[in-house]
Amino acid sequence: MSRPLAILNARLVDPDSRCDGPGALLIRDGRIADIIKGESPEGVSADAEVIDARGAMLAPGLIDLRVKTGEPGFETKETLKSASLAAAAGGVTSIVLQPDTHPVIDEASVVDFILRRSRDIGLVHVYPAGAATKGCEGQRMAEIGLMRDAGCVYVTDADRPIVDSKVMRRVLAYAASFGVLVAHRPADPWLSSGAAATEGEFAGRMGLPSVPPIAEKIMLERDLALVELTGGRLLVDQVTTACALESLARGKAKGLSVTATTSINHLSFNEIDIGDYRTFVKFDPPVRGEDDRQATIEALTSGLIDIVVSAHAPAPAEDKRLPYDEAAPGAVGLQTLLPALLAFYHEGRIPLIDLMRTVTSRPAELLGLDTGRLAKGRPADLVLCDLNAPIVVDLDKLKSKSRNSPFDGRRLQGAVRMTLVDGRIVFRGDA
Amino acid sequence: MTASPLGLSEVLGRTFPFPRRNFLSIQDLNPVEVAGLLDLADGFVSLNRQTSKKLDLLKGRTLMNLFFENSTRTQSSFELAGKRLGADTVNMSPRSSSISKGETLIDTAVTLNAMQPDILIIRHASSGAASLLAQKVSCSVINAGDGQHEHPTQALLDALSMRRAFGRIAGLRIAICGDVLHSRVARSNVGLLQMMGAEVRLVGPPTLMPAEVARWGVSVFHDLREGITGCDVVMMLRLQLERMDGVMAPSQREYFRFWGLDREKLAHAAPHVRVMHPGPMNRGVEIDSDVADDLKVSLIQDQVEMGVAARMAILASLAARLDND
Repeated sequence: MSRPLAILNARLVDPDSRCDGPGALLIRDGRIADIIKGESPEGVSADAEVIDARGAMLAPGLIDLRVKTGEPGFETKETLKSASLAAAAGGVTSIVLQPDTHPVIDEASVVDFILRRSRDIGLVHVYPAGAATKGCEGQRMAEIGLMRDAGCVYVTDADRPIVDSKVMRRVLAYAASFGVLVAHRPADPWLSSGAAATEGEFAGRMGLPSVPPIAEKIMLERDLALVELTGGRLLVDQVTTACALESLARGKAKGLSVTATTSINHLSFNEIDIGDYRTFVKFDPPVRGEDDRQATIEALTSGLIDIVVSAHAPAPAEDKRLPYDEAAPGAVGLQTLLPALLAFYHEGRIPLIDLMRTVTSRPAELLGLDTGRLAKGRPADLVLCDLNAPIVVDLDKLKSKSRNSPFDGRRLQGAVRMTLVDGRIVFRGDA
Repeated sequence: MTASPLGLSEVLGRTFPFPRRNFLSIQDLNPVEVAGLLDLADGFVSLNRQTSKKLDLLKGRTLMNLFFENSTRTQSSFELAGKRLGADTVNMSPRSSSISKGETLIDTAVTLNAMQPDILIIRHASSGAASLLAQKVSCSVINAGDGQHEHPTQALLDALSMRRAFGRIAGLRIAICGDVLHSRVARSNVGLLQMMGAEVRLVGPPTLMPAEVARWGVSVFHDLREGITGCDVVMMLRLQLERMDGVMAPSQREYFRFWGLDREKLAHAAPHVRVMHPGPMNRGVEIDSDVADDLKVSLIQDQVEMGVAARMAILASLAARLDND
């Protein structure tokens, strides 16, 4: 294969081994060949190409468990190619695709299609999530076993909660027999119907149709009870409210097989950011109040929330330049996930290593992926990031086909210098 | 208190260049501006009662009514206001024209903007629609009702009616009753009346109250008699009939029994109480005809008259700013 690559003078951050310190890394044949802690040696390997990290963070590439593209079916929003480019530019080396494409990823052939297309593109690792039910319609189970064998990493109906408790029970029980994880959106469908915002003083004054935060708790409580009944494995798809976090804590304390994500959007914005009906700050679940945001950050700090996702959801201008209640929810986030997350490190709220765990080793562990760690023999999926470099998020510099980023104009700290996938440099930022 | 009839020059002397391009929300205004608009509107009331009502303050200006929701009352009020000030007025009904076919609000706005109107008056079913439109066009925009958010011209005409009836707004005790949750009229009125120093109460069943409404700085009542006790003004809100079919309230007759305004309940208010309603009324549902049609009590007819004057004041003020551009 190609020449070995040596990255010297880096700050190695590996949440899995709890390592955070200076060091160097040698990459050979797409894998991590050696890790040298402490001061970097003069010459690591005679034939190696040398990169001087100049103190930048070298960490496992990010694993994003919740990404939407528009392929197949909605290629004007985003293609696998454009999403892969955005991921690479954001230091994200593995993405898990949501199944609500057209056609829906609810059978092995679509899983296969996605895997082939991404291999052809050859930028980042792409893992499809399969639909839990056919067409994500919440009625009949999809071919969970066949899709697992074809390479899907978990099943979910994406944004749509499985309303029928009997169906959800069966999905959890059936998937468990294959060891397949079920991701589910906790949202009571009736309380949520038609809502664009979170119920409270702000939505009331703005006259926006809204959903009370307990809609999340109600569905989560049901799901936890079903997990207890079936012995299934549940991934709670975005916990965003203080009341649902209480339920999550109880479920975990009981020893249920439950993991939870939250989105970078809900960690970074509150309802006041809607301002004068800014549709870029319209998400699903809706953006919450400040108390809920603080509770979510707190839960990330304590480890109650395991994983942070970008919830990358491209929506073109024509879907966003509408009145708030008519506009499409969602935000692109692959490229801003890392710097936005680093804000909590810079604010001194969460140690760097704990923050990075939520987007590297923890998701890898959950899905049983080989990547997400700095260890000999592991794939060289890496991000080199200058933690202190100031950046201003500029929509024109986003690689996504849709540029609906609520971070537009926001000042953040942390610039991705380089992204490597299987030892290949897939992105190189400005020095 | 009735203002003494004013001559044209005195009215014109009251026009002032409005400091904003648009009239979108009560939240954008301050008490001085509201008082100025009310003074000006007062002058137009006198003018409107004269035989010759035509002015040329807006001569050469084009006014476009863009009503995505039907409203004969508000639309004709704006049309009349524009015509009395000498503007050319055009009514666009997007629902009945090709404009609505798959075109977004912004596409429509850009299309209309290209026709060079000076003032665009919009009503739309979505909260924030007027503000969105204002960001995309170069002319002035007036919000004639956006979803459940605001209806600022209604609040101004209501304030005008009250000020003429009582001679002041400060210190009045005002109960706004009914479907507050879905009401843009209530939101705009709460904002304006509080700004002008009135005491505002909201009355209605809990299913028709917004969340955290107590934090609006109002007192909230679920009992109509209790809520209107001692009130100078009782403002009834229109209730969408379909919301009363077991959705927000069990039935129309139950609603009327507990939250409909009739003589008996009205007796709890102050002796000099005046009753208001933004119209159109559901007689026998939120208000009894007996009360609505009693001209000693009801300000409902006045509200319609004040509507034209208040809108003339807004148009004239926006135009004065256009002239200074």
